[in-house]
Amino acid sequence: MSGTPPSRIPRVRQAISAPAHRWPRLTAFVIATVSTFIVLAVVGFLVVNAAGWPKFQKAFLDGEVFFDRLPEIAKAFLLNVRLFVTAEVLILGGGLLLAVLRGLKSPIFFPLRLAAIAYIDIMRGLPSILVIYMLGLGIPTLNIAGVSKDPFIWAVVALTMVWSAYVAEVYRSGIESVHPSQNAAARSLGLSASQSMRFVVLPQAIRRVIPPLLNDFIGLMKDTALISFIGPIEVFRRAQISAAATFNFTPYLVSAMIFLLLTIPMARLVDWLVERSRRRQTAGSR
Amino acid sequence: MTIERPGTGGQPEAVERPEMVGASGRRLGGEAVSVEGLYKSFGDLEVLKGIDLAVAEHEVVCLIGASGSGKSTLLRCVNLLEPVDAGRVVVEGADITARGVKIDIIRRRIGIVFQAYNLFPHMSVIDNVMLAPRKVLKLSKSEAKSQALTLLQRFGLEEKADQYPDRLSGGQQQRVAIVRALAMKPDLLLLDEITSALDPELVAEVLDVIRELAEAGMTMIIATHEMGFARDIADRVCFLDAGRLLEEGPPDEIFGHPREARTRQFLDRVIQAGRMGGGSSGG
Repeated sequence: MSGTPPSRIPRVRQAISAPAHRWPRLTAFVIATVSTFIVLAVVGFLVVNAAGWPKFQKAFLDGEVFFDRLPEIAKAFLLNVRLFVTAEVLILGGGLLLAVLRGLKSPIFFPLRLAAIAYIDIMRGLPSILVIYMLGLGIPTLNIAGVSKDPFIWAVVALTMVWSAYVAEVYRSGIESVHPSQNAAARSLGLSASQSMRFVVLPQAIRRVIPPLLNDFIGLMKDTALISFIGPIEVFRRAQISAAATFNFTPYLVSAMIFLLLTIPMARLVDWLVERSRRRQTAGSR
Repeated sequence: MTIERPGTGGQPEAVERPEMVGASGRRLGGEAVSVEGLYKSFGDLEVLKGIDLAVAEHEVVCLIGASGSGKSTLLRCVNLLEPVDAGRVVVEGADITARGVKIDIIRRRIGIVFQAYNLFPHMSVIDNVMLAPRKVLKLSKSEAKSQALTLLQRFGLEEKADQYPDRLSGGQQQRVAIVRALAMKPDLLLLDEITSALDPELVAEVLDVIRELAEAGMTMIIATHEMGFARDIADRVCFLDAGRLLEEGPPDEIFGHPREARTRQFLDRVIQAGRMGGGSSGG
């Protein structure tokens, strides 16, 4: 504390933000850029100079095959999207219902609660592919009058059954993260248990579980490829067929990129939504 | 003095009983709530060991006592946020602890304000206030809104109507919580250490609201550590010690000449801690 202190404020800021050493902004940016380029260059050098690189390039990175097969593979992807969207809507509802049933505390509802727990345990323990097989092949075989044999419908049902169980657990963690005092405040105002759940607990719970829900969305997106096992040709099967026709693996790369084209924006979108709702709640006005 | 309850739109009280006057000089009515032989345990911990307490209409009863003496639990039992183990709570002649009582209907008439405000963080101030009138009393949106705005205005909060709770100071949040409880036009208001979480300079604005409500005739049970405020506002002060109602009486008696050694001990400690004068702001 000798001499004249230049200003109090920078000193305080330093004390708060600098537990360890920090780079100035521009320096940090330059360092990050240079370090990224070095890493990419080293990895690129190693890959390109690998013994099998020419062979790999030919098998997986054939530009001609890529653009040749892109339209048909992209078209097949529409089936995945249709399956994803249909199942997702049902899963969001089904998962919520399961989570609420599982959280029922009154002894009257014990059987419902038990059923929800059993269902979630079983469905989370089964590989999706098994459920798709059992429903998609089993039910048409039963040949019940009036029951659809459409594999698309049974794929939707199977994915909904499996993923509702996962999503229910995500919802439940959100519901449990809302402090009991919120429920107490709602009940003390005369709201019923279900009104408190609907207007006070769930809105807060759902906001908190958007990011983990997105993880499950992405998992579901990838699971849509499993429908090919019971017949319909979706993006992965189409890529397989194209690969067989061209004796080249590039079509797989096409299907991978198509998946990423959808899943990466989904991740960005949700990050943005979370950020926006955080800003909104601290900004003071709507 | 014509007694008007806050939020009842100026309906006159049905019964006037001029013969009963509280220590505060306010006129008291018939019995609003009575607690009889109340027991409550959490696991092995017995928190309430047979509490008897009757509160008259328009009466302001302050509960004092050390932390853990059972003040909060008693309040939470009165509106059945905690189920009672034994004993009865009677509200306007009806045993609300009996089986088959519709708890939600009882709770509409008993407001409670918590130490930690417990506002709904995902709703703006006005939505916090409107929620229960709309969903429970089934008021239309416009009715609920104009009623909420009137109440917010009355407590100087109309400018905060569209803000979210986390943008408000602690004192403002607690006032909103009080308004939210008042929007249900309760017959009885329970206040659970509502200034304990506030910065000292924000305590006064909240206590002033309570003072105003008392003057308007609201029946209140107030658990508090603000002894100056209790002395100032209460018709009756009850000292709770280890789950028992050890001593009760007019504030001058309890604070001036407590009979029980435990009460004296408690008050001595409070005076040492400098909390005696706290809260008697301006009024």
